[in-house]
Amino acid sequence: MEYLTLFISAVVVNNFVLTRFLGLCIFFGVSKNLNASIGMGMAVTSVMTLSSMLAWVVYHFVLAPFHLQFLTTVVFVLLIASFVQLLETIIKKQAPALYNMWGIYLLLIATNCVVLAVPLLNAESNYTFLMSVVSSIGSGLGFALAIVLMASLREKLRLADVPKPLEGLGIAFILAGMLALAFLGFSGMISL
Amino acid sequence: MKNLWKIYKKGLIEENPIFVLALSLCPALAVTSSVINALTMGLSVMFVITMNNTVVSITRKFINPKVRVPVYITSIATIVTLVQLLLQAFAPALYKALGIYLALIVVFAIILARAEVFASKNKVIPSFFDGLGMGSGFTLAMVSVGAIRELLGAGSLLGFKVLGAWYNPALIMILPAGGFILIGYMVAGFKMWTDHMAKVKLERGEA
Repeated sequence: MEYLTLFISAVVVNNFVLTRFLGLCIFFGVSKNLNASIGMGMAVTSVMTLSSMLAWVVYHFVLAPFHLQFLTTVVFVLLIASFVQLLETIIKKQAPALYNMWGIYLLLIATNCVVLAVPLLNAESNYTFLMSVVSSIGSGLGFALAIVLMASLREKLRLADVPKPLEGLGIAFILAGMLALAFLGFSGMISL
Repeated sequence: MKNLWKIYKKGLIEENPIFVLALSLCPALAVTSSVINALTMGLSVMFVITMNNTVVSITRKFINPKVRVPVYITSIATIVTLVQLLLQAFAPALYKALGIYLALIVVFAIILARAEVFASKNKVIPSFFDGLGMGSGFTLAMVSVGAIRELLGAGSLLGFKVLGAWYNPALIMILPAGGFILIGYMVAGFKMWTDHMAKVKLERGEA
């Protein structure tokens, strides 16, 4: 039950994009195209889950026992960046088909705020291993949900008549604002 | 001297990190619900970007280009940790308010971008001013967003009541949704203004 609450809270109530403003660069950059955003959502979810597992192990078996918590930021950044690089190399060799689909997104998220934020938040909240896995999967799916919704909205927007200065980024922000407003309806559903 | 001023000024308007380059948007929304948070974040970023540009510029001749990105990231992360520790020691309330976003300065695209585009190719002093200019542009954008949101959302500025009791605060401005919508209009306004300036310049025959 506890895990279910954590999961739902990560997906909709505390949606990373729409209530915590993380991962906006990819969110606005990739959401022009629906297929690309589905790929991106999947890539972010898997990288986030794997890297937060890795980060949990490092935090609880290396950083915490030696009281090196002040190094968390440095260690996590390097850990995640090198892990993503490694993942890219492995996928390229072992599963070229998968690489063709996702490869380009992997490098984009190597140093992305949302991928770094989840392990940091998990470490901060002192989650157990299982809890941090559940919360990372939830956060990843929440990101995927937001980006897919946004991409479908933006595809419709192509036919709309937008005032010239608002074209591009401006209208995208306003759309995101509307989405955030809609997601506000979920707040209060679960309080953690 | 004039050249340095030019480098500095570029970051303020023409290449404003938030409104024009649209880099590092996450913090622009997340911590701008009040002016003081926005200002602290802006100054922290300014410090990190200036220091990092200096470090990258000093070390640019010794670092093998193949490993430059990891080196930049390590340097940025070290400076960010420094800022974190300083704020934690001297301004614990602000440290708490900024929370995770302070650690996330590490992955701000703008910092890495300046290191790669400018500092790795230029001498120390121009790099320092480039960082200062970009940092100032960032701070300026953060504070202006923060001021509008705090004024409309709480009727105050820097915690002081500015608008009287007659003002009914629009809570939405403090909430995430208001932040998104406001930035949308600000980006549009900035675009209109720069387009207008470019037109004026063209008419004068300067461009």
